[in-house]
Order: sequence, then C-alpha cells, then structure tokens
Amino acid sequence: MSKPIVATASLAGCFGCHMSLLDIDDRILKLIELVEFNKSPIDDIKTFTKHCDIGLIEGGVCNTENLHVLKDFRNNCKILISVGECAIMGGLPAMRNGISVRECLEEAYINGVTVGENKKKIMPNDEEIPIITDKVYPLHEIVKIDYYLPGCPPRADLLWQAVVALVTGDELNIPYELIKFD
Amino acid sequence: MSEKVKFTIDGKEYEGEKGRLLVDVAAENGVYIPVLCHWKDVKPAGSCRICTVKVNDRYMTACTTPIDANMTVENKTPELEDIRKAIVEMLFVEGNHFCPACEKSGDCDLQALGYLYQMMVPRFPYAFERRELDAKSPKIFLEKNRCIFCKRCIRMIKDDKGRSFFAFKGRGKHLEITIDEKLAANISEELAQEAMKICPVGAILRKEVGFSTPIGQRKYDKVPIGSDIEVLQK
Ligand code: SF4
Ligand code: SF4
Ligand code: FES
Repeated sequence: MSKPIVATASLAGCFGCHMSLLDIDDRILKLIELVEFNKSPIDDIKTFTKHCDIGLIEGGVCNTENLHVLKDFRNNCKILISVGECAIMGGLPAMRNGISVRECLEEAYINGVTVGENKKKIMPNDEEIPIITDKVYPLHEIVKIDYYLPGCPPRADLLWQAVVALVTGDELNIPYELIKFD
Repeated sequence: MSEKVKFTIDGKEYEGEKGRLLVDVAAENGVYIPVLCHWKDVKPAGSCRICTVKVNDRYMTACTTPIDANMTVENKTPELEDIRKAIVEMLFVEGNHFCPACEKSGDCDLQALGYLYQMMVPRFPYAFERRELDAKSPKIFLEKNRCIFCKRCIRMIKDDKGRSFFAFKGRGKHLEITIDEKLAANISEELAQEAMKICPVGAILRKEVGFSTPIGQRKYDKVPIGSDIEVLQK
C-alpha cells in the first residue's frame, strides 16, 4: 500500500507552526517512513503533483494569494487541518481587523513613526503584489476545515500525535497539556 | 444554628446550610461548577451564565440559587457541558482574544475553560469588534478587547468612600468597561494588584510588570481549572 501523502503551507503565519513540526526531533525519521510529502516548504515542492490525503495549513488569509493557496489546498487534499491560532482565529495578524486597510497601509508606509523618507507618499500597488483583504480571515470562514490543532504554535507532540492518529486510524486522546492557545 | 438541608448533585447526596449559594456549597464539597462572574461572599451578579445547572429540571445559575431541601441538581451532564462550552465560545468570538499576546494567558479563567471543554474552534463567527485600550491611569491598563462584562471589578474594587473605580458605559453591542480617570489617578498599589487578580481575564493589567511567571509554571499550564476544588471531593 502506498503511503498517505501530506502537504503543508504557511499563509498569514510566521512559520512557527512549521518550526514546531520540526520540533518532533528524531521522530521526523519515523514521519517520513509513515507519510510522503508533496507540496510543502519542507521539501520545497511548489505545486501539487498528486492528490493529497492530509493538508496542514498554518496562518489565516490576509491577501488574495493566501486565498488562492487555501482553495488550491481544499481542492487537492482529502483532509484539511487548521494548524495554530492564526489559521483558527486569524492570530496576531488579525489585530488589524476593525481598522480599515487604508489606515493600515498609511500607518505602514506614510504616517508610522518608523517610516523613513517617503515624500511622494507611495504605497505599494504593483500588480504583482497580492491585494490585501479587508480583514484577516480564519480558514474555516472561507473553506471547509476538517480538524483544528490549536496553539501558538501547536505543541510538537500535538502535531505528531494528530498526524499519527490520522494515518494509523488510532483514536486520539489528547493530554491536557497539549491543548493550549498560546 | 441555621437549618441543614440535603440535596443531590448528579445523583450524589450533599448537605449544606439552607439558603447558602449552590455554587459555594458545591465547591466546599469538592464539586466544581464553573464560574466567571461569581466571587465568594460578594453579592452575585449572575451575568455570565457559565454556572448554568439544572435544578429540578429547570436551568438555573448556581451562583444565584440558594440551596434547599429536595433539590435535584444536574451539573456535569453532556448537555450542560455543551451549553457551557457554547458560552465560552461566544465570549471568545465577542471580544478580541489574542491569547498568544495576552499577559493573562496561562492564568486566565476564560482560556482555562476553553481548555477544559477542549474548544478547538468556536462554533460562532468572530465579530472582530474594534475596542480601545485605555492606558490613561498610571497603574492600570484597561484592555477593553478582553472584557467579558463579569462586573467583578465594578462590584469589588472601591475606594474608602465606597466609590467604584470601574463602570460600564453604553448598552448592548456598545457596552464597554471604563475606569474613572480621576479616582484611578490615586489608586493604591494593593488595589491595582487586587483588580488585576479578580478580573477573570486579561482586561485589567498592572503596568510595569508582566509575563513574570514562566510558561509551564502558570496556573493552568499543567492542571485544569477546577482541579483545586475537585481534590476536596470526599
Ligand atoms: S483574556 Fe484570556 S482568553 Fe482573552 S486573550 Fe487573554 S488569555 Fe486569551
Ligand atoms: S474588566 Fe475584568 S473584572 Fe471588569 S467586568 Fe471586565 S472582565 Fe470583569
Ligand atoms: S458565575 Fe453564575 S452567572 Fe456567572
């Protein structure tokens, strides 16, 4: 039987959740025995080459590129998992929610105390740059999400136990210390 | 000596002084009923509803219900636990709770209830209402995004003339917690500390101290909320 295929992505996140996945230490050797990786920053595969069984997504949706990647994952993964606070509730990037996009950009590029010289008051608007969404969205407010792994980042043991349970079909009994929102 | 009465919680019999609050008597007997707004010996507000139990088949708040003979109380049933979980979820989506950036994280009662009920994601959509942080008083940050309107601060933090430092402003969706700037200008160290302690969430914070307890040693890092009560179970 072929191994289950895993894909991962970081949207509006800090890569902390991916770092936490690496924190499973030497179990990573067991992991590559258990599963095969497809599109993921871990192996640097940029586009889906196969239909995947499990998609792990960190980060919420803050721009049109995130939106595109998220939909691509939903279309290519049987099971899609929100990994970490940003994916689940927007996380720290969502602190801008409730402030208009214009105000955010003006603060970043024109009015902010740390802004250097910008006499022409230019705000980035190249068409190559993804458009910022009106607010940062939790993933499940855009596509169907099958499971949630909270934490900032989710503890390595939680990621490990969840992936193993999914792959082996064993029941997942999460110890108290592993469900945290920070 | 006041009258003793017998009543049951989840089928087990308990005894207590008639007229005392169900939530307190339960706690003394090792039965944890979650609270957010209640504080022992302070006149109950009954505002958060997290202590909802069923008394003789009717929904009641345990923090406002005096015990009486022949009361049949349901507490830890799947139905009630789901109602409580829903309340926790509602509070999470109503405010702006960015736990990773919150000083109360690990010591927060709302968050701890999220852990207890294994809230992986709220069933309600996030409101993302914008609320301000009030940093005008010299000793206290008032982080309105995290207030759950329990009224503990209003009821408990008062000056020697009995005036409250805190008050509500507005109604419904616009309700917010405020601090009296003039009174707060002279709040004592102890009272500022007390205000932070009794706030169940991270809405009232002491200035100039923060993140003083390392992760792993905070109140709810290793043990669920209510375990200090449940160890008293006979
Ligand atoms: S008050 Fe509690 S629930 Fe809200 S952000 Fe702080 S730790 Fe999280
Ligand atoms: S500031 Fe804290 S204590 Fe005061 S009402 Fe809000 S949550 Fe309760
Ligand atoms: S603790 Fe009873 S209503 Fe809040």
